[in-house]
Order: sequence, then structure tokens, then C-alpha cells
Amino acid sequence: MKRITCECGHENPEGAVLCEACGKPIEENQHIDGNDDQKLLNMRYDGSARRSKTYNRTFVDKVWNFFSSVKVGVWLIVITVIASAVGTILPQEMYIPPNEDPAVHYRDQYGLFGQIYYQLGFHNLFSSWWYMILIAMIGISIVVASIDRFFPLYKVLKKQKPKRHETFMKKQRVFGKTEDESVDLELFKKNLRKQRFKVYEQDGHLLAEKNRFARWGPYVNHIGLIVFLLGSLLRFIPAFYIDDFVWVREGETKVISGTDGEYFIENKDFILETYDESDERFQQALLNQGGPVPKNFQTDAVIYKRSESSLPGQEPELEIVKEASAKMNKPIKFDEYALYQASYQLNEFSEMTFKVHDKDDEDTNYGEFTVDLSEPETVYELESGYRIEIQNYFPEYEFSNGEPVSVSRFPKNPAFVFQLYPPGESEPETSFLGIGANIDASGENEYKLGLVNFDVRDVTGLTVKKDYTLPIIAIGGAIFMIGVIQGMYWNHRRIWLQPKENGVWIAGHTNKNWFALRREIGKAIEGTNIQEPVDQYEMEK
Amino acid sequence: MKEKTLNKKRKRLIFRTAMLAVMIGLVIFAVFSSLNNDDAVIAEGEKAPDFVLKKFGTDESITLSDLEGKGVMLNFWATYCEPCKDEMPYMEQLYPEYKERGVEILAVNLDSTNIVVEKFMQQYGITFPVLQDKRGEVMDLYKIGPIPSTLFISPEGEIVEQVTGELTLSKLEGYLEQIAPE
Repeated sequence: MKRITCECGHENPEGAVLCEACGKPIEENQHIDGNDDQKLLNMRYDGSARRSKTYNRTFVDKVWNFFSSVKVGVWLIVITVIASAVGTILPQEMYIPPNEDPAVHYRDQYGLFGQIYYQLGFHNLFSSWWYMILIAMIGISIVVASIDRFFPLYKVLKKQKPKRHETFMKKQRVFGKTEDESVDLELFKKNLRKQRFKVYEQDGHLLAEKNRFARWGPYVNHIGLIVFLLGSLLRFIPAFYIDDFVWVREGETKVISGTDGEYFIENKDFILETYDESDERFQQALLNQGGPVPKNFQTDAVIYKRSESSLPGQEPELEIVKEASAKMNKPIKFDEYALYQASYQLNEFSEMTFKVHDKDDEDTNYGEFTVDLSEPETVYELESGYRIEIQNYFPEYEFSNGEPVSVSRFPKNPAFVFQLYPPGESEPETSFLGIGANIDASGENEYKLGLVNFDVRDVTGLTVKKDYTLPIIAIGGAIFMIGVIQGMYWNHRRIWLQPKENGVWIAGHTNKNWFALRREIGKAIEGTNIQEPVDQYEMEK
Repeated sequence: MKEKTLNKKRKRLIFRTAMLAVMIGLVIFAVFSSLNNDDAVIAEGEKAPDFVLKKFGTDESITLSDLEGKGVMLNFWATYCEPCKDEMPYMEQLYPEYKERGVEILAVNLDSTNIVVEKFMQQYGITFPVLQDKRGEVMDLYKIGPIPSTLFISPEGEIVEQVTGELTLSKLEGYLEQIAPE
């Protein structure tokens, strides 16, 4: 628990493996980095005092040390990778058909495996609490491990002295002894400076160093990761991020979801253009495709804003914000929102025109009437004196237990129960009319209703987006890349020279690319009578 | 010298505690927000957002805030939704009794055509107010996902319970009991 004073006079913090100043191994701490007398020194973090390895008392310290461990970090990553991989085996919940109960869907589609998958929560893996906690633990581990390593390493590199301990020199990977009185130190220094080394001197001992900043690369990289994670965390706050969806029918005005009822959209027109089949340029390609190929999806829309006074649900007072078109990748932008063209449905019925005719003769015509499918009237009085009442309306009909029922509110497959009152009659004739169905309820009807015409309209699907997190995520990504480049393309290199009675010792260390270090040493000793050092690591092998 | 070390250690402990507290705070925030997002509903215990909607078949409007002092059951439904239809008779059955006791049932309808709803109301003999939300504003306001979805609002205007899916008679009665004024 005490600070350790080295024989060179430097006072080291508790837990130091090598003296910060001279590099002498501190005897009682050699186990920390697994050094032993027979082997080269472990130069990781330059033998600096990493707190996590020594200081472990209170609960907070224990938690801190847990996250500080690289081993723990790697395991967290491995577990997350495996979980993520499992999450891709079956489709996630958001990709299964809508309106299907996931509990049933996974069991029916994938059997027992699917059921287990569902019950373990893999169907919603990427937003499940335990997955998020795994990611968060990786985040914490990155922060803690970086703090625990950056500061000691920074300190030790700042405090290092050119004068090294003999053991330190001997146990470097690149080491050489020269026994020659005529060593030209000035030329050696000059050669080093030519290769952009910074040369420090202390009592005739030399330290040449370059690219120390490359050692900070991993930490810069980690800062980028943390910014990135914080950016994605902000996506949970609606003030920063909204991702919603809205369906609008042509002619309809609707509230834009995700805007707190503030904005409305009117769909003026949805346009789907396809490539012209008579155009020679496209003919062959279209033939290969075997059908029309869309060229443009477009929604012409008007965006409105609610004037502030009204309550939701009240007939809103709307002010036009803008009239614009949304095309693929060209969203309508207004204030902080953007509407992206994302989906469509063509040809939903909007109007149907019927005529009254004799049951047996379709060419007779006793009058026509048009039903607006989004708002049918109850009664239609024809000029010819016939009266039609709608007894029931099914926007999208299906038969269930012999009874017609509607499965949605959208007129995709409309059907009616009509009551027809011929002039002067008080007893109606009832008939059921839908696409491909015209049923005479009593079997004794004299008249029949027939569809003569219909109008359709399109539905557009727009993604509603607001995203202030993207710049933060981009900055995080950029910092990440800077860190990677910093650590990858530059190598921290140090060369030490120690004067001896009849010659010199030199040693070298780098965090990577030993070959280049030896080449630089080779160039530096040219003409200096210093002998080329050897790579003791390769000799050990 | 010793004091300096102690001081440093204390500082370190404070620093570590603060860092861990901040990070754990962020994690808790993230997990809770994602769980809330999943349910896509307004949180229980919050004040029910105010709205005004037209009562079906009349020109009368109902404003939620006018009903303060009464318990309010807010039911989102549509005629094409089978489980919604199934729970309607239960609501009708309990309505007279609880209306006496100061509970109002508001059934917000999401159909788009009047005639469909009118026929349904006739067929089922519905007497509680059915409200029209044609532009889907109130549904959006309450972040309603699948229907039927029912909110129970206390006389103070707070959301007591949110139920997604069909209610049974006894469950419905239990919830109504919770929001009945004293």
C-alpha cells in the first residue's frame, strides 16, 4: 500500500511494474504482468500502475474493476455477437405479417424451435431489455477500461527518462551491445533526427522517440464509440427522434402520426409511373422482367398545421404549411419533420354506380344512383320514383358462419344489403350485392340492382421521420475512424542508447511493426560503428 | 504524504462512484424507454390528455375535461373488430348501474362510415355515448395500437389502467369499480 521508491530515486505509484523513470522491474509486482527472469519484459502499457490490478476494496471498486477487465469486455462482446446471430435465425416480430399473434405465428411456422425462440424473447431481441443491458455493459466496460489504461499510460510516457536501468535494456526485444571506443554519437543523433525521431539526452544516455500519439488511437476510438452509443440512446427521446408511419387515401385529410396531432396531411394525388414499354431503350429489359417496372412513386400532398387554440378531436382550424410532392428519396420536409414515400395501395374503391333493372332483362334501366363508399347515404331517391335504402354496408366483406361481416373499414371489397321500394310499394325487395355476388334474399324479387360503374382511388403510405441523432452518430463515427487511423497507420517507436565503458548498449521498442523499427535502427547506426542489435524474441524461439 | 494518498483515494472513489452512477442512470433510462415504446401506450398514472369529439348521430360534442369528478371508461373500438363487438353487450349491461354511480362510458369509434356504425348501434341497442374519431386524432393522442383498447380514467383525470384486448364481464366490473367516485 505504499509508494515504491526505485533505486534511481523515482517514486512510483503503488502497482507499478516497471519504474516510471528508468524502467527497472519492481520486484514485488512482476506477477502482475507475468514477467519472469528468463523472458523479455512485457511492455504492455509500459508497465504502468493500472489501478484495477491492485486496488480493490469497496463495492464500487469491485464493480469498477469488473468492468475494467479486458477479459470481461471481450466476453461481453462474444455473448452479444452470439445473441445477435441467434436473433437473425428467424424473422423479428416487426417482420411477421401484421395482425398476427406472434405467440401463434412462431409456433405454427417454425414448430417447437419457433416456440422456444418466442418464449426466450428472441423475436424482439434487439429491443429486449437483456440485449440492451448487454450493449450497455459493453459501453460501461469501454469507458472504465479506457480510463483505467489511458491515464497511467499517459503518465508513464510523460515521466520516462532517457537513463534506463540495465535490466530494462537487456530485456527489450531489440537489444545489442557494441564494444568499440570509436562510436560516433553525434552522427547517430543526426541520423535519428533525419528519420524524425525526437532525441532526449540525460548524462550521455539517449532516448529517441517518434509517434507517441499513435498510442492514443484506441482511446480516441473508444470516445467515438461512446458518442455513437449516446447518439443511439437519444433515439428513445421523442424530442430527438421520431419514426412513424401514416396511410392517407386520395382526397382524405389526416393527422400525421408522431407529430402530437399538430400536423395534418391531405393526399391530393398518388402517382405511380412505369417505364414506357414502347420505348426501344427499355423494351428488352422490360421483356426480361415480364411486367411493368415502376419508375416513380409520388404523393402530391398539402401539409397543414393546426392553429393552436383547438383541442384534439375538434374540427381543426388548419393553416397550410406547404404544398409539395414526396418521391422516393425526396421527402416532403416541413419544420423538423420529413415525410418519405414508403408504400402504396392501388385501386381501392371510392364510388360505385348502380342501376335498377328487371330481374330477367339487364338492358332495362329504371334509374341509376351513385354511392360514395367513404360516406354512403341511408336513402337514395331516384327520379323514376324508386327508393333504395341501404340496410347494411360492409366495406371489406367476408362470409363468416354464413353471415357477411366486414373485416376492415376500408372499401377494398364492398358489399351492400339494399332494400328496393318500387314506386307506390311499401314492401321492399331485399338483395345482397357485392363484387361477384348478387343475391336475391327472398327469391321472389322482380327487380335487380346491377353495378354499372365504379371509381377507384389510391392510398399512399408515408414514413414520418424526425432525426436529430444522425449528426451525433456521424460525429461518433468520424471520431471512431480518426482513432482507428491514428492507431493503425502510425507506430510508436523508441530507441534507447546507454554509454558503457568501452562501447554502448542500444535497445528498441515499438508497439507494432518490428521490422520497420529494426530498419530505422539500421539506418541510424550507419557509419557510427554501432553494431546492429538483434531481435531477441526471434532468438528465443 | 500519507494524507495525500488518502485524499487521492477518496477522490478516486468519488470519481468512480459518479461515473458508474451516471452510466447506470443512462442504462436504466434506455431500458425503460424501450419498454415503454414497446407497449406504445400512454403510461398509467399519467393525466389523460384532453380531447373533444362529436357524439354519434347528434351535433353534441363531449369534452373529456368536462367529465372531471366522474370516472371515465374510454373504449376504442370498431365494427369490424370481433372482440370489440363481443365486449359491447357487457358494457351495455353495466352502463345503467355505473352511470348512476358517476361513471361514464365513452366508446370511441374508428370506423370511417356513419351508416355502418348506425346499423351496429341499432342492432346492439347501445345507449352509452359513441364518439366519432374520423381523423384518428384521439387514437393517435392516446397512442392506441391494436383494438379493442380500453382506458380507465379516475375522477381526478388520471389513467388508472389500460387494457388491450377483450374484457370479460367480471374484469370490466372490477375496473369500473376502481374508477367509481366515492
